[in-house]
Amino acid sequence: MKRLLSGNEAVAQGAYEAGVRVGTAYPGTPSTEILEALSRFPAVRTLWATNEKVALETALGVAYAGARAIVAMKHVGVNVAADPFFYGVYTGIEAGMVIVSADDPGMHSSQNEQDNRRYAKFAKMPMLEPSDSEEARDFTRLAFDISEQFDVPVLLRTTTRIAHSLSVVEVDPDYTPPQWELKPYHRNARKYTMIPLNARPRHIVVEERLRRLAAYSDETPLNRIEWGDRRIGIITSGISYGYAREVSPGASFLKLGMSFPLPPQKVREFAAGVEQVIVIEELDPYLEEEVHLLGVEVAHGKDAFPILYEFDPDVVRAGARKLGLIPAGSPAPKPVAMELPPRPPVLCPGCPHRAVYHVLRRLKLIVNNDIGCYTLAVLPPQSTTDTMSCMGGSISAAYGVELAGLPERAVATIGDSTFFHSGITALLNVVYNGGRTVVIVLDNRTTAMTGHQGHPGTGIGTRGEHLREVAIEDLGRALGIRRVFVVDAYDTREMLRVVKESLEADEPSLIVARRACVLLPEARKELGPAYRVDPERCNGCGLCFAVGCPAIAKTAEGKAEIDELLCAACDLCAQVCARGAIHPGKE
Amino acid sequence: MEKANFLLVGVGGQGIVTASDILSEVGLRAGYDVKKSEVHGMSQRGGAVSSHVRFGPTVHAPLIAQGEADFLLAFEMLESLRWAHYLHPQGVALVNRQKMPPLAAASGGAHYPDEEEVRRELSSRARQVTLIDGLRIAQELGNVRVSGTVLLGALSALLAIAPAFWEEVIGERVPSRYVEVNRQAFQAGRSEV
Repeated sequence: MKRLLSGNEAVAQGAYEAGVRVGTAYPGTPSTEILEALSRFPAVRTLWATNEKVALETALGVAYAGARAIVAMKHVGVNVAADPFFYGVYTGIEAGMVIVSADDPGMHSSQNEQDNRRYAKFAKMPMLEPSDSEEARDFTRLAFDISEQFDVPVLLRTTTRIAHSLSVVEVDPDYTPPQWELKPYHRNARKYTMIPLNARPRHIVVEERLRRLAAYSDETPLNRIEWGDRRIGIITSGISYGYAREVSPGASFLKLGMSFPLPPQKVREFAAGVEQVIVIEELDPYLEEEVHLLGVEVAHGKDAFPILYEFDPDVVRAGARKLGLIPAGSPAPKPVAMELPPRPPVLCPGCPHRAVYHVLRRLKLIVNNDIGCYTLAVLPPQSTTDTMSCMGGSISAAYGVELAGLPERAVATIGDSTFFHSGITALLNVVYNGGRTVVIVLDNRTTAMTGHQGHPGTGIGTRGEHLREVAIEDLGRALGIRRVFVVDAYDTREMLRVVKESLEADEPSLIVARRACVLLPEARKELGPAYRVDPERCNGCGLCFAVGCPAIAKTAEGKAEIDELLCAACDLCAQVCARGAIHPGKE
Repeated sequence: MEKANFLLVGVGGQGIVTASDILSEVGLRAGYDVKKSEVHGMSQRGGAVSSHVRFGPTVHAPLIAQGEADFLLAFEMLESLRWAHYLHPQGVALVNRQKMPPLAAASGGAHYPDEEEVRRELSSRARQVTLIDGLRIAQELGNVRVSGTVLLGALSALLAIAPAFWEEVIGERVPSRYVEVNRQAFQAGRSEV
């Protein structure tokens, strides 16, 4: 039966079909839907882990105990999980383990576009790159077998256009996955404890395994030569294959499904059969370098196909035209000449973060921000952010301001999920080393930006089930912080008072700004009637516009007007209005 | 129709992803190979959304090249212009008469194009431009959220695909209590072109 699945759904389907026992992840675009889709199979145990390192270590623990496991993350998540990522290659596993890295060329929602194919080579882990959803399913399923055959975790590397594109997958509705029997457990300390004594011989195993993997790479149909016009030999992988096929359909192709290690004989055979080798790949010249190392001359690669940003048919077409692979053709239509108002993502009407940053803006502080919806406060009109760090780094950035000795005061702002991810260790560091950092945890009761997943602070699991909940304020006290406050995020007066007082204190402060994300059902249930502006009292001063709520528009007379369909009745504009012109409407 | 490229654009929250899901599924049932691509997450926060849907005997790339969109379905007027350069000169633009000015225009003073500017710009780039009262029709039917379905109805009238496929897919994709109003919206849309 043909179904349209996203790459992420297809990965979950493949893991299910392989009889995976456990799936773990921390939400991160474009990987998040993998665990969500996997959670729709009741037989699989799925959990949101505190962060990607914990997620990978948990999956590794399952694999050490003899059951198949999969862990998924975005590209920068691998940075967080790097320690166990490398460690698992030395130890190997007792049952298949797949690590999914969903990269983000073009940075649709990330802080960088690092090319995680390099991780495979660095850690000496085999890597598969699907080119569409059907391959995402097939390769995931096969990855578990490869993992067990070669006793090593396998990296499945995708990108946004694989993860979030839908394409056809043949799914057998009557398929039942294998029921794995756990093998009897035996201690094998020499393999699983990497003290130097044990690690030294394991490195030999790792290198020898790579030689066997290269032989496998040469035999596997994952890598295939498609002979066409022998004048042009294109080596490619992943989504780039789709674009290259679209733009230059008649060429010869070496399509790599296993892109570490490369198939040495196949690459040389292909190069010998074409007049010139051209590598078409997004981001880094990873394939180009690997092909070059095999002694094959690459005629063109990064000289024609950009290292920056993501590809699309226009980018690849431009490169192909530049090299004369296809005729020049007519130029693409130009964008509209008139200047169009930009439409960036903004904080939703009623977002509790808006109120908090409104307070911070008035205080003229250094604001060390973190990763989440609240990062949008860097944009106008909030414009209240100095730094954004990688996950959990805000607290240490603010502490760094104090350590450097700047006279200005800094405040760290961090979301609830981000705090549990990697803020706890940073906060403990401040306490232990005697800092006086002011930390505001924006507790909107969810992991919002990635689609409202649960986390330890809400106690909600992958299937909406109720698990254990940990209160941030209790955790702060347990870490040794005495100045702990819980403030309603909408209450700007109280927030201002607490923040000002905390800036003067000689010890650290933890301020929990609590108010549920306005998109959550629990918040929507409590919404009062939309607010209204009294046009008689409004003088068009613009203080409410400065708050940047999408529900407030300027009338032809320059006064404020509230869209009652958008208004979430958060009261912020009413608090800000100096003329008392804004009030809740009638029920 | 051997192949077709559809670009659905609008504002986060308007139902573009659902509409493109429906369109894609219709194509699959009608026997095409289908690929669809969009960017998730950020756009929920009222940002610009674009979804590429491609039908064909075999579709390789999930994205449409500039100047190759046979159909531009704009759920919002400003967004129709942002993506206008994707239109094929022989293409069709169906534009919902709904304005959702972003902050820059709502309170920032930037110019939001008027209907005449939209029509003029799109007409210079496409064979057919039709403005549709998707929002008004949806309001008359009592549910503003079906304005996207009105647009799908209009699109369906231009394609040689049996309406039955559409009705079947819409029936499966929307919550059962909304199936009837969506059906009415779909039929109303078909009459608009």
